[in-house]
Amino acid sequence: MIYLDNAATTLHKPSCVIDAVVNAMRTMGNSGRSAHAESLAASRTIYAAREALADLFGCARADHVCFTANSTEALNIAISGLFAPGDHVLSTDLEHNSVLRPLYREMERGVSVSFLPASRKGCIDYAGFDRLLQANTKAVVCTAGSNLTGNLLDLTRIGAFCAAHGLLFVVDASQTAGVFPIDMRAQHISVLCFTGHKSLMGPQGTGGLCVAEGVDIRPWCVGGTGVQTFLPSQPPQYPTRLEAGTRNGHGIAGLLAAVNFIRETGMDAIRTHELALARRFYEGVKDADGVRICGDFSDPVRAPVVALNIRDEESSVMADALAEDYDIAVRAGAHCAPRMHEALGTVEQGAVRFSFGYYNTEEETDAAIAAVRELAEQ
Amino acid sequence: MREKKQWLIVTFYTTSAAMAAEKACEQAGLPGRIIPVPREITSDCGLGWRTEPENRERTEALFQSLALETDGYHICML
Repeated sequence: MIYLDNAATTLHKPSCVIDAVVNAMRTMGNSGRSAHAESLAASRTIYAAREALADLFGCARADHVCFTANSTEALNIAISGLFAPGDHVLSTDLEHNSVLRPLYREMERGVSVSFLPASRKGCIDYAGFDRLLQANTKAVVCTAGSNLTGNLLDLTRIGAFCAAHGLLFVVDASQTAGVFPIDMRAQHISVLCFTGHKSLMGPQGTGGLCVAEGVDIRPWCVGGTGVQTFLPSQPPQYPTRLEAGTRNGHGIAGLLAAVNFIRETGMDAIRTHELALARRFYEGVKDADGVRICGDFSDPVRAPVVALNIRDEESSVMADALAEDYDIAVRAGAHCAPRMHEALGTVEQGAVRFSFGYYNTEEETDAAIAAVRELAEQ
Repeated sequence: MREKKQWLIVTFYTTSAAMAAEKACEQAGLPGRIIPVPREITSDCGLGWRTEPENRERTEALFQSLALETDGYHICML
Protein backbone atom coordinates (compact mmCIF):
# COMPACT_ATOMS: atom_id res chain seq x y z
CA MET A 1 0.00 0.00 0.00
CA ILE A 2 1.20 3.48 -0.87
CA TYR A 3 0.12 5.86 1.85
CA LEU A 4 -0.39 9.42 0.64
CA ASP A 5 -2.77 10.68 3.30
CA ASN A 6 -0.18 12.19 5.62
CA ALA A 7 -2.10 15.45 5.98
CA ALA A 8 -4.83 13.45 7.70
CA THR A 9 -2.37 11.56 9.87
CA THR A 10 1.10 10.18 9.34
CA LEU A 11 0.65 6.42 9.24
CA HIS A 12 4.33 5.56 9.37
CA LYS A 13 5.93 6.75 12.61
CA PRO A 14 9.59 6.65 13.56
CA SER A 15 10.24 3.40 15.42
CA CYS A 16 11.47 5.40 18.41
CA VAL A 17 7.95 6.82 18.75
CA ILE A 18 6.38 3.38 18.90
CA ASP A 19 9.04 2.19 21.33
CA ALA A 20 8.48 5.20 23.57
CA VAL A 21 4.72 4.62 23.72
CA VAL A 22 5.13 0.93 24.48
CA ASN A 23 7.73 1.67 27.13
CA ALA A 24 5.51 4.33 28.67
CA MET A 25 2.56 1.95 28.78
CA ARG A 26 4.70 -0.53 30.64
CA THR A 27 6.29 1.86 33.10
CA MET A 28 4.44 5.13 33.58
CA GLY A 29 1.96 5.99 36.31
CA ASN A 30 -0.25 9.06 36.42
CA SER A 31 1.62 12.32 36.10
CA GLY A 32 1.34 14.75 38.98
CA ARG A 33 -0.76 12.53 41.18
CA SER A 34 1.95 10.97 43.35
CA ALA A 35 5.67 11.04 44.09
CA HIS A 36 6.40 7.36 43.59
CA ALA A 37 8.81 6.37 40.83
CA GLU A 38 6.12 5.44 38.30
CA SER A 39 4.19 8.68 38.72
CA LEU A 40 7.37 10.71 38.63
CA ALA A 41 8.42 8.94 35.43
CA ALA A 42 5.24 10.27 33.83
CA SER A 43 5.68 13.76 35.28
CA ARG A 44 9.28 13.95 34.09
CA THR A 45 8.42 12.70 30.62
CA ILE A 46 5.59 15.17 30.21
CA TYR A 47 7.75 18.02 31.47
CA ALA A 48 10.51 17.01 29.05
CA ALA A 49 7.93 17.09 26.26
CA ARG A 50 6.90 20.61 27.30
CA GLU A 51 10.54 21.70 27.14
CA ALA A 52 11.10 20.06 23.76
CA LEU A 53 7.98 21.63 22.23
CA ALA A 54 8.71 25.05 23.74
CA ASP A 55 12.14 24.85 22.14
CA LEU A 56 10.71 23.67 18.81
CA PHE A 57 8.14 26.47 18.60
CA GLY A 58 10.02 29.30 20.29
CA CYS A 59 7.61 29.37 23.22
CA ALA A 60 9.17 31.46 25.97
CA ARG A 61 8.11 29.16 28.80
CA ALA A 62 7.92 25.38 28.92
CA ASP A 63 5.17 25.63 31.53
CA HIS A 64 3.04 27.47 28.99
CA VAL A 65 2.92 24.38 26.76
CA CYS A 66 -0.45 22.80 27.60
CA PHE A 67 -1.37 19.37 26.32
CA THR A 68 -4.66 18.48 24.70
CA ALA A 69 -5.95 15.56 22.64
CA ASN A 70 -5.38 17.34 19.31
CA SER A 71 -5.34 20.76 17.70
CA THR A 72 -9.14 20.90 17.51
CA GLU A 73 -9.32 20.76 21.28
CA ALA A 74 -6.50 23.29 21.55
CA LEU A 75 -8.28 25.67 19.17
CA ASN A 76 -11.54 25.26 21.06
CA ILE A 77 -9.77 26.16 24.28
CA ALA A 78 -8.09 29.20 22.75
CA ILE A 79 -11.06 30.53 20.81
CA SER A 80 -13.61 29.97 23.57
CA GLY A 81 -11.26 31.37 26.21
CA LEU A 82 -10.02 34.61 24.72
CA PHE A 83 -13.01 36.59 23.47
CA ALA A 84 -16.02 38.36 24.90
CA PRO A 85 -19.26 39.54 23.33
CA GLY A 86 -18.54 42.71 21.38
CA ASP A 87 -15.07 41.59 20.29
CA HIS A 88 -14.19 41.32 16.63
CA VAL A 89 -11.90 38.64 15.21
CA LEU A 90 -10.17 38.34 11.84
CA SER A 91 -9.76 35.00 10.11
CA THR A 92 -9.47 33.61 6.58
CA ASP A 93 -11.24 31.38 4.09
CA LEU A 94 -8.37 28.90 4.34
CA GLU A 95 -9.49 27.62 7.70
CA HIS A 96 -10.36 24.11 8.75
CA ASN A 97 -13.55 23.47 10.68
CA SER A 98 -11.41 23.19 13.81
CA VAL A 99 -11.08 26.97 13.54
CA LEU A 100 -14.36 27.77 11.82
CA ARG A 101 -16.79 26.01 14.12
CA PRO A 102 -15.35 27.45 17.34
CA LEU A 103 -15.47 30.88 15.66
CA TYR A 104 -19.06 30.36 14.48
CA ARG A 105 -19.99 29.40 18.02
CA GLU A 106 -18.41 32.60 19.29
CA MET A 107 -20.50 34.52 16.76
CA GLU A 108 -23.62 33.06 18.36
CA ARG A 109 -22.63 34.70 21.63
CA GLY A 110 -21.91 38.13 20.24
CA VAL A 111 -18.38 38.00 18.84
CA SER A 112 -18.16 39.23 15.25
CA VAL A 113 -15.79 37.60 12.78
CA SER A 114 -14.55 38.81 9.40
CA PHE A 115 -13.06 36.31 7.00
CA LEU A 116 -10.40 37.42 4.56
CA PRO A 117 -11.57 35.93 1.26
CA ALA A 118 -9.50 33.45 -0.73
CA SER A 119 -9.12 33.72 -4.48
CA ARG A 120 -9.97 30.94 -6.97
CA LYS A 121 -6.40 29.82 -6.39
CA GLY A 122 -6.96 29.70 -2.65
CA CYS A 123 -4.73 32.67 -1.84
CA ILE A 124 -5.42 35.74 0.27
CA ASP A 125 -4.57 39.38 -0.22
CA TYR A 126 -2.84 40.39 3.00
CA ALA A 127 -3.81 44.01 2.55
CA GLY A 128 -7.32 42.83 3.28
CA PHE A 129 -6.46 42.55 6.96
CA ASP A 130 -6.01 46.33 7.11
CA ARG A 131 -9.35 46.87 5.40
CA LEU A 132 -11.17 44.52 7.78
CA LEU A 133 -9.59 45.92 10.93
CA GLN A 134 -12.03 47.52 13.37
CA ALA A 135 -11.65 49.42 16.62
CA ASN A 136 -12.88 46.35 18.52
CA THR A 137 -10.71 43.83 16.68
CA LYS A 138 -9.12 41.59 19.27
CA ALA A 139 -7.26 38.95 17.29
CA VAL A 140 -6.32 37.20 14.10
CA VAL A 141 -7.05 33.48 14.15
CA CYS A 142 -5.65 31.59 11.17
CA THR A 143 -3.98 28.50 9.87
CA ALA A 144 -0.29 28.26 9.08
CA GLY A 145 -1.17 26.43 5.89
CA SER A 146 -4.23 25.17 4.05
CA ASN A 147 -4.89 21.48 4.60
CA LEU A 148 -6.54 21.42 1.18
CA THR A 149 -4.18 23.27 -1.15
CA GLY A 150 -0.96 23.28 0.86
CA ASN A 151 -0.58 27.03 0.42
CA LEU A 152 1.01 28.64 3.45
CA LEU A 153 0.09 31.86 5.15
CA ASP A 154 2.90 34.26 5.91
CA LEU A 155 2.90 34.04 9.71
CA THR A 156 5.71 36.56 10.04
CA ARG A 157 3.74 39.13 8.07
CA ILE A 158 0.47 38.48 9.91
CA GLY A 159 2.30 38.48 13.24
CA ALA A 160 3.81 41.86 12.45
CA PHE A 161 0.32 43.15 11.61
CA CYS A 162 -0.96 41.83 14.95
CA ALA A 163 1.93 43.39 16.85
CA ALA A 164 1.39 46.73 15.10
CA HIS A 165 -2.28 46.81 16.06
CA GLY A 166 -2.08 45.20 19.51
CA LEU A 167 -3.95 42.07 18.43
CA LEU A 168 -3.69 38.54 19.72
CA PHE A 169 -2.43 36.08 17.13
CA VAL A 170 -3.81 32.53 17.32
CA VAL A 171 -2.26 30.06 14.88
CA ASP A 172 -3.43 26.62 13.81
CA ALA A 173 -0.18 24.83 12.99
CA SER A 174 -1.78 21.45 12.29
CA GLN A 175 -0.31 21.16 8.80
CA THR A 176 3.13 22.65 9.34
CA ALA A 177 4.38 21.81 12.85
CA GLY A 178 7.63 19.90 12.67
CA VAL A 179 8.17 20.61 8.97
CA PHE A 180 8.26 24.41 8.78
CA PRO A 181 10.06 26.53 11.38
CA ILE A 182 7.79 28.38 13.79
CA ASP A 183 9.06 30.97 16.23
CA MET A 184 6.36 32.30 18.51
CA ARG A 185 8.52 35.15 19.76
CA ALA A 186 9.80 36.34 16.40
CA GLN A 187 6.39 35.91 14.73
CA HIS A 188 4.42 37.50 17.59
CA ILE A 189 2.25 34.41 18.04
CA SER A 190 0.07 34.57 21.16
CA VAL A 191 -1.28 31.02 21.01
CA LEU A 192 0.08 28.23 18.84
CA CYS A 193 -2.21 25.21 18.47
CA PHE A 194 -0.69 21.97 17.24
CA THR A 195 -1.52 18.32 16.82
CA GLY A 196 0.94 15.53 17.42
CA HIS A 197 -0.15 12.93 14.92
CA LYS A 198 0.35 14.67 11.58
CA SER A 199 3.64 16.23 10.51
CA LEU A 200 5.10 15.90 14.01
CA MET A 201 4.85 12.11 13.49
CA GLY A 202 3.65 11.43 17.03
CA PRO A 203 0.69 9.38 18.26
CA GLN A 204 -2.94 10.27 17.73
CA GLY A 205 -4.51 11.75 20.83
CA THR A 206 -1.68 14.20 21.38
CA GLY A 207 -1.58 17.92 20.74
CA GLY A 208 -1.63 21.14 22.62
CA LEU A 209 -1.37 24.86 22.75
CA CYS A 210 1.65 27.00 23.47
CA VAL A 211 0.68 30.24 25.14
CA ALA A 212 2.78 33.39 25.15
CA GLU A 213 3.45 35.03 28.48
CA GLY A 214 0.73 37.39 29.59
CA VAL A 215 -2.02 35.79 27.48
CA ASP A 216 -4.87 34.73 29.74
CA ILE A 217 -7.10 31.99 28.41
CA ARG A 218 -10.23 31.14 30.39
CA PRO A 219 -10.23 27.41 31.16
CA TRP A 220 -12.69 25.49 29.02
CA CYS A 221 -12.49 22.29 31.02
CA VAL A 222 -12.09 22.20 34.80
CA GLY A 223 -11.50 19.31 37.14
CA GLY A 224 -8.81 17.21 38.78
CA THR A 225 -5.27 18.53 38.61
CA GLY A 226 -3.37 16.82 41.42
CA VAL A 227 -2.65 20.23 42.96
CA GLN A 228 -4.57 22.91 44.88
CA THR A 229 -7.29 20.37 45.63
CA PHE A 230 -9.37 22.57 47.93
CA LEU A 231 -9.46 25.49 45.55
CA PRO A 232 -13.01 25.53 44.14
CA SER A 233 -11.90 26.86 40.77
CA GLN A 234 -9.32 25.64 38.29
CA PRO A 235 -5.80 26.70 39.39
CA PRO A 236 -4.83 29.86 37.48
CA GLN A 237 -1.23 28.87 36.75
CA TYR A 238 -0.22 27.39 33.40
CA PRO A 239 -0.15 24.60 32.33
CA THR A 240 -2.55 23.30 35.00
CA ARG A 241 -4.94 26.12 34.13
CA LEU A 242 -5.78 24.37 30.85
CA GLU A 243 -5.17 20.76 31.85
CA ALA A 244 -7.98 19.19 33.86
CA GLY A 245 -7.87 15.42 34.16
CA THR A 246 -5.17 12.90 33.43
CA ARG A 247 -2.93 13.80 30.50
CA ASN A 248 -2.21 11.28 27.75
CA GLY A 249 1.17 10.44 29.23
CA HIS A 250 1.70 7.43 26.99
CA GLY A 251 1.00 9.45 23.89
CA ILE A 252 3.04 12.40 25.08
CA ALA A 253 6.00 10.06 25.62
CA GLY A 254 5.66 9.16 21.95
CA LEU A 255 5.33 12.79 20.97
CA LEU A 256 8.52 13.61 22.86
CA ALA A 257 10.32 10.85 20.95
CA ALA A 258 8.90 12.26 17.71
CA VAL A 259 10.15 15.77 18.45
CA ASN A 260 13.57 14.37 19.31
CA PHE A 261 13.52 12.42 16.04
CA ILE A 262 12.75 15.60 14.10
CA ARG A 263 15.58 17.42 15.86
CA GLU A 264 18.03 14.62 15.14
CA THR A 265 16.93 14.15 11.54
CA GLY A 266 16.70 17.87 10.93
CA MET A 267 13.55 19.78 10.06
CA ASP A 268 15.22 21.07 6.91
CA ALA A 269 16.00 17.56 5.70
CA ILE A 270 12.43 16.41 6.39
CA ARG A 271 10.92 19.42 4.65
CA THR A 272 13.26 19.15 1.65
CA HIS A 273 12.35 15.50 1.17
CA GLU A 274 8.60 15.99 1.50
CA LEU A 275 8.48 19.07 -0.71
CA ALA A 276 10.59 17.37 -3.38
CA LEU A 277 8.13 14.49 -3.54
CA ALA A 278 5.11 16.79 -3.64
CA ARG A 279 6.71 18.87 -6.39
CA ARG A 280 7.64 15.73 -8.31
CA PHE A 281 4.04 14.57 -8.11
CA TYR A 282 2.71 17.97 -9.14
CA GLU A 283 5.03 18.14 -12.13
CA GLY A 284 4.07 14.59 -13.10
CA VAL A 285 0.31 15.14 -13.15
CA LYS A 286 -0.32 18.81 -13.82
CA ASP A 287 -0.38 18.50 -17.60
CA ALA A 288 -2.32 15.23 -17.76
CA ASP A 289 -5.49 15.55 -19.79
CA GLY A 290 -8.42 16.60 -17.64
CA VAL A 291 -6.43 17.10 -14.44
CA ARG A 292 -7.18 20.29 -12.55
CA ILE A 293 -4.96 21.14 -9.59
CA CYS A 294 -6.27 23.07 -6.60
CA GLY A 295 -4.24 25.95 -5.21
CA ASP A 296 -1.25 28.01 -6.16
CA PHE A 297 2.07 26.33 -6.99
CA SER A 298 4.02 29.43 -7.99
CA ASP A 299 5.82 29.48 -4.64
CA PRO A 300 7.88 26.33 -4.07
CA VAL A 301 7.59 26.82 -0.30
CA ARG A 302 4.29 25.16 0.47
CA ALA A 303 2.99 22.26 2.49
CA PRO A 304 3.55 18.87 0.81
CA VAL A 305 -0.03 18.56 -0.38
CA VAL A 306 -1.44 18.31 -3.90
CA ALA A 307 -5.22 18.26 -4.32
CA LEU A 308 -6.72 17.70 -7.73
CA ASN A 309 -9.70 16.63 -9.71
CA ILE A 310 -10.05 14.83 -13.03
CA ARG A 311 -12.63 16.53 -15.21
CA ASP A 312 -15.96 16.34 -13.37
CA GLU A 313 -15.35 12.99 -11.74
CA GLU A 314 -16.52 12.87 -8.16
CA SER A 315 -13.54 12.92 -5.81
CA SER A 316 -14.78 10.02 -3.71
CA VAL A 317 -15.04 7.81 -6.82
CA MET A 318 -11.46 8.73 -7.69
CA ALA A 319 -10.17 8.00 -4.21
CA ASP A 320 -11.96 4.66 -4.17
CA ALA A 321 -10.47 3.72 -7.53
CA LEU A 322 -7.00 4.66 -6.28
CA ALA A 323 -7.48 2.52 -3.17
CA GLU A 324 -9.07 -0.47 -4.88
CA ASP A 325 -7.20 -0.60 -8.18
CA TYR A 326 -3.84 0.92 -7.28
CA ASP A 327 -3.54 0.37 -3.54
CA ILE A 328 -2.92 4.08 -3.03
CA ALA A 329 -4.42 5.74 0.05
CA VAL A 330 -5.54 9.35 -0.42
CA ARG A 331 -8.33 11.51 0.92
CA ALA A 332 -11.38 12.67 -1.00
CA GLY A 333 -14.22 15.02 -0.15
CA ALA A 334 -14.27 18.41 1.49
CA HIS A 335 -11.41 17.97 3.98
CA CYS A 336 -13.31 19.92 6.66
CA ALA A 337 -12.50 23.10 4.76
CA PRO A 338 -15.89 24.40 3.53
CA ARG A 339 -14.94 28.01 2.87
CA MET A 340 -11.88 26.96 0.89
CA HIS A 341 -13.95 24.68 -1.33
CA GLU A 342 -16.37 27.53 -1.90
CA ALA A 343 -13.46 29.75 -2.93
CA LEU A 344 -12.03 27.09 -5.24
CA GLY A 345 -15.41 26.23 -6.72
CA THR A 346 -15.18 22.60 -5.68
CA VAL A 347 -18.09 22.32 -3.26
CA GLU A 348 -19.91 19.73 -5.38
CA GLN A 349 -16.92 17.73 -6.54
CA GLY A 350 -14.66 17.94 -3.54
CA ALA A 351 -11.02 17.14 -4.31
CA VAL A 352 -8.63 14.23 -4.17
CA ARG A 353 -5.77 15.10 -1.88
CA PHE A 354 -2.33 13.51 -2.12
CA SER A 355 -0.22 14.41 0.91
CA PHE A 356 3.39 13.37 1.32
CA GLY A 357 5.34 12.38 4.39
CA TYR A 358 8.88 11.70 5.44
CA TYR A 359 8.60 7.96 4.79
CA ASN A 360 7.32 8.27 1.24
CA THR A 361 9.69 7.56 -1.63
CA GLU A 362 10.22 8.67 -5.22
CA GLU A 363 9.08 5.23 -6.38
CA GLU A 364 5.79 5.62 -4.54
CA THR A 365 5.39 9.11 -5.95
CA ASP A 366 6.00 7.85 -9.48
CA ALA A 367 3.45 5.09 -8.97
CA ALA A 368 0.89 7.69 -7.88
CA ILE A 369 1.71 9.82 -10.94
CA ALA A 370 1.19 6.82 -13.20
CA ALA A 371 -2.10 6.00 -11.51
CA VAL A 372 -3.46 9.52 -11.92
CA ARG A 373 -2.39 9.70 -15.55
CA GLU A 374 -3.99 6.33 -16.23
CA LEU A 375 -7.23 7.38 -14.56
CA ALA A 376 -7.18 10.62 -16.52
CA GLU A 377 -6.96 8.69 -19.77
CA GLN A 378 -10.07 6.64 -18.99
CA MET B 1 8.62 4.42 60.78
CA ARG B 2 11.73 6.35 59.82
CA GLU B 3 13.33 8.57 62.42
CA LYS B 4 12.05 12.10 61.99
CA LYS B 5 14.28 15.08 61.28
CA GLN B 6 13.97 18.60 59.98
CA TRP B 7 13.68 19.18 56.26
CA LEU B 8 13.19 22.15 54.01
CA ILE B 9 10.15 21.59 51.80
CA VAL B 10 9.59 23.83 48.81
CA THR B 11 6.05 23.79 47.46
CA PHE B 12 4.78 24.73 44.01
CA TYR B 13 1.49 25.60 42.36
CA THR B 14 1.89 23.08 39.55
CA THR B 15 3.47 19.70 38.84
CA SER B 16 5.27 21.34 35.96
CA ALA B 17 7.03 23.73 38.35
CA ALA B 18 8.02 20.83 40.60
CA MET B 19 9.57 19.06 37.62
CA ALA B 20 11.39 22.22 36.58
CA ALA B 21 12.70 22.53 40.13
CA GLU B 22 13.89 18.95 40.23
CA LYS B 23 15.73 19.35 36.95
CA ALA B 24 17.30 22.65 37.98
CA CYS B 25 18.55 21.24 41.28
CA GLU B 26 19.92 18.16 39.58
CA GLN B 27 21.82 20.30 37.08
CA ALA B 28 23.09 22.61 39.83
CA GLY B 29 24.19 19.69 41.98
CA LEU B 30 21.79 20.55 44.76
CA PRO B 31 20.75 17.41 46.63
CA GLY B 32 17.11 16.61 47.33
CA ARG B 33 14.14 14.81 45.95
CA ILE B 34 10.47 15.17 45.06
CA ILE B 35 7.99 14.10 47.74
CA PRO B 36 4.23 14.35 48.20
CA VAL B 37 3.54 17.64 50.00
CA PRO B 38 3.03 16.86 53.72
CA ARG B 39 -0.46 17.64 54.91
CA GLU B 40 0.94 19.68 57.79
CA ILE B 41 1.96 22.24 55.10
CA THR B 42 -1.24 22.03 53.13
CA SER B 43 -4.01 19.58 52.50
CA ASP B 44 -3.96 20.60 48.85
CA CYS B 45 -1.90 17.66 47.50
CA GLY B 46 0.86 18.26 44.98
CA LEU B 47 4.58 17.66 44.87
CA GLY B 48 7.28 19.35 46.92
CA TRP B 49 11.07 19.52 46.79
CA ARG B 50 12.66 18.12 49.96
CA THR B 51 16.20 19.06 50.88
CA GLU B 52 18.36 19.77 53.93
CA PRO B 53 17.44 23.07 55.65
CA GLU B 54 20.99 24.38 55.16
CA ASN B 55 20.41 24.31 51.37
CA ARG B 56 17.72 26.97 51.58
CA GLU B 57 19.80 29.93 50.44
CA ARG B 58 21.23 28.17 47.41
CA THR B 59 17.89 26.63 46.50
CA GLU B 60 16.04 29.89 46.77
CA ALA B 61 18.69 31.72 44.75
CA LEU B 62 18.58 29.06 42.07
CA PHE B 63 14.80 29.19 41.72
CA GLN B 64 14.80 32.97 41.68
CA SER B 65 17.45 33.05 39.00
CA LEU B 66 15.23 30.84 36.83
CA ALA B 67 12.06 32.81 37.66
CA LEU B 68 10.65 29.52 38.90
CA GLU B 69 7.47 30.26 40.79
CA THR B 70 7.24 28.69 44.23
CA ASP B 71 4.32 28.52 46.62
CA GLY B 72 6.43 28.57 49.78
CA TYR B 73 9.44 27.38 51.80
CA HIS B 74 8.63 25.33 54.89
CA ILE B 75 10.59 23.62 57.63
CA CYS B 76 8.98 20.31 58.60
CA MET B 77 9.71 17.36 60.83
CA LEU B 78 9.39 14.35 58.56
